[in-house]
Amino acid sequence: MDEKDRILLQLLEENCRTPEKELAVLAEVSEQDAKDRIRRLEATGAVRRYGAVVDWERAGDGNVTAVIELKVSPERDFGYDRIAERITRFPQVRSLRLMTGAYDLQLLVTGPSMHEIARFVSEQIAPMDRIRETATHIIMKTYKENGTTFAEREEVERLPYSF
Amino acid sequence: MEDVISLGVGEPDFVTPWCVCEASIYSIEQGSTAYTSNKGTPQLRGAISRYLDTRFGTRYDPDSEIIVTCGVSEAADIAIRAVTDPGDEVLVAEPCYVSYTPCVSLAGGTPVTVPCRAEDEFRLTADALAECITPRTKALIANFPNNPTGGVMQKADWHEIADLLVDKDLLLISDEVYAELTYDGDHFSPAMIPELRDRTITLNGFSKAFAMTGWRIGYLCAPPEITAAALKIHQYVALCAPVMGQIAAYEALRIGEAEKDAMVREYRLRRNLFVDGLNKLGLACHVPKGAFYAFPSVESTGMTDTEFAESLLREQHVAVVPGSVLGSSGAGHVRCAYAVSRDNLKEALSRMGAFLDSVK
Repeated sequence: MDEKDRILLQLLEENCRTPEKELAVLAEVSEQDAKDRIRRLEATGAVRRYGAVVDWERAGDGNVTAVIELKVSPERDFGYDRIAERITRFPQVRSLRLMTGAYDLQLLVTGPSMHEIARFVSEQIAPMDRIRETATHIIMKTYKENGTTFAEREEVERLPYSF
Repeated sequence: MEDVISLGVGEPDFVTPWCVCEASIYSIEQGSTAYTSNKGTPQLRGAISRYLDTRFGTRYDPDSEIIVTCGVSEAADIAIRAVTDPGDEVLVAEPCYVSYTPCVSLAGGTPVTVPCRAEDEFRLTADALAECITPRTKALIANFPNNPTGGVMQKADWHEIADLLVDKDLLLISDEVYAELTYDGDHFSPAMIPELRDRTITLNGFSKAFAMTGWRIGYLCAPPEITAAALKIHQYVALCAPVMGQIAAYEALRIGEAEKDAMVREYRLRRNLFVDGLNKLGLACHVPKGAFYAFPSVESTGMTDTEFAESLLREQHVAVVPGSVLGSSGAGHVRCAYAVSRDNLKEALSRMGAFLDSVK
């Protein structure tokens, strides 16, 4: 990755719908070069996929999201990888990370209700081998997601002209 | 007028980095509300000295060669007053920020403008300078990266002028408030030239680089004898710069670099977008290498810069500054500050396109 790739990635992360022509102007490369670079970044998997940052609550969706902490006994030779692989297969699991600190795995789980999430954790996750302990935290309100602030802020007034 | 996109604002649209604001809020809670040393807090002067050395290679003693001021506006004023005697002529490289020539007049001097031209990418040339020097010339005021043109002076450009300044025994007041906003290559500070070092007053500040216009913190750096003279004026007119601003500025230098760099990267993207758009519209614009201004020529429209700016505002609600307001050599151009969001720049370009179509 060089400086131009970095700029293109940042621009795509910010708004993946920016036309390639505009990306090329912004990054100071030719349009063809921008296209080639983006294709390459997609092919290597540096760009995993394109998506939107959605404020589901504002969109009127009643889904519930929870952070779930798992204490896990690692396996000889595999550590946490095999159990993590099993958990990633549940479509309810939006993200999964191995953490330092008091617990091991952190899941972000979305479901239609608190009851559904509780059921998923108690019936699907907790009984799995090597899961020693679970803790479920329901998200009450999201203030910022992937770098985007959800709350409206008033625009600061600036002078219309200043030299 | 509603729905105006103003490209007339000479300040960042970013809010000061939050880490800087937090430190200042905390200091108020701790009761740091008193006067500071006239020169500014020792912490801030020390930080400025280290910053200038590591960033631009210029060395200034924090005790005897640096004064923290109420923005670069005050720094420019006290620098001009410190070196201007009644009857002195002071050269001002134009087009430029509006306050230099009035400050020279207020100090009893006579401002003499030196044109920087579009064909030189708005650099100051030795030829233009030589034409304006008389036996009464005392100093030159220059601002690079330049407001309003975005022009920069690289090392070789300064060397071309250095001999003349030394030969004619002139002082240099170098306003470098846009130094961090340099996009192609590094900013060159003229005080790096050994023969100029002790005849240069370097002005800089936090407003543009760290999005801190309202905090009013700038600084003046000069050899001890000039600094001492400027300090006398500063202590009478300002006493000291605001303490909250000084604490914030110290934090900006201590931990604000990453956010500053991110803002500079964003300005560069905006420049690329906007200047490309202007040239596609047929408004010839050199690629500004610094500051956050594009300075396109409007000659192709057959209008004067003032007519262009007034009609554009009236008809398409886009505000730009006529170049002639910023010096006669700015005539035929308009200043567009691209310190607005990319979405607004795109909208401004599309309105300017509609405007140009309507006047064809």
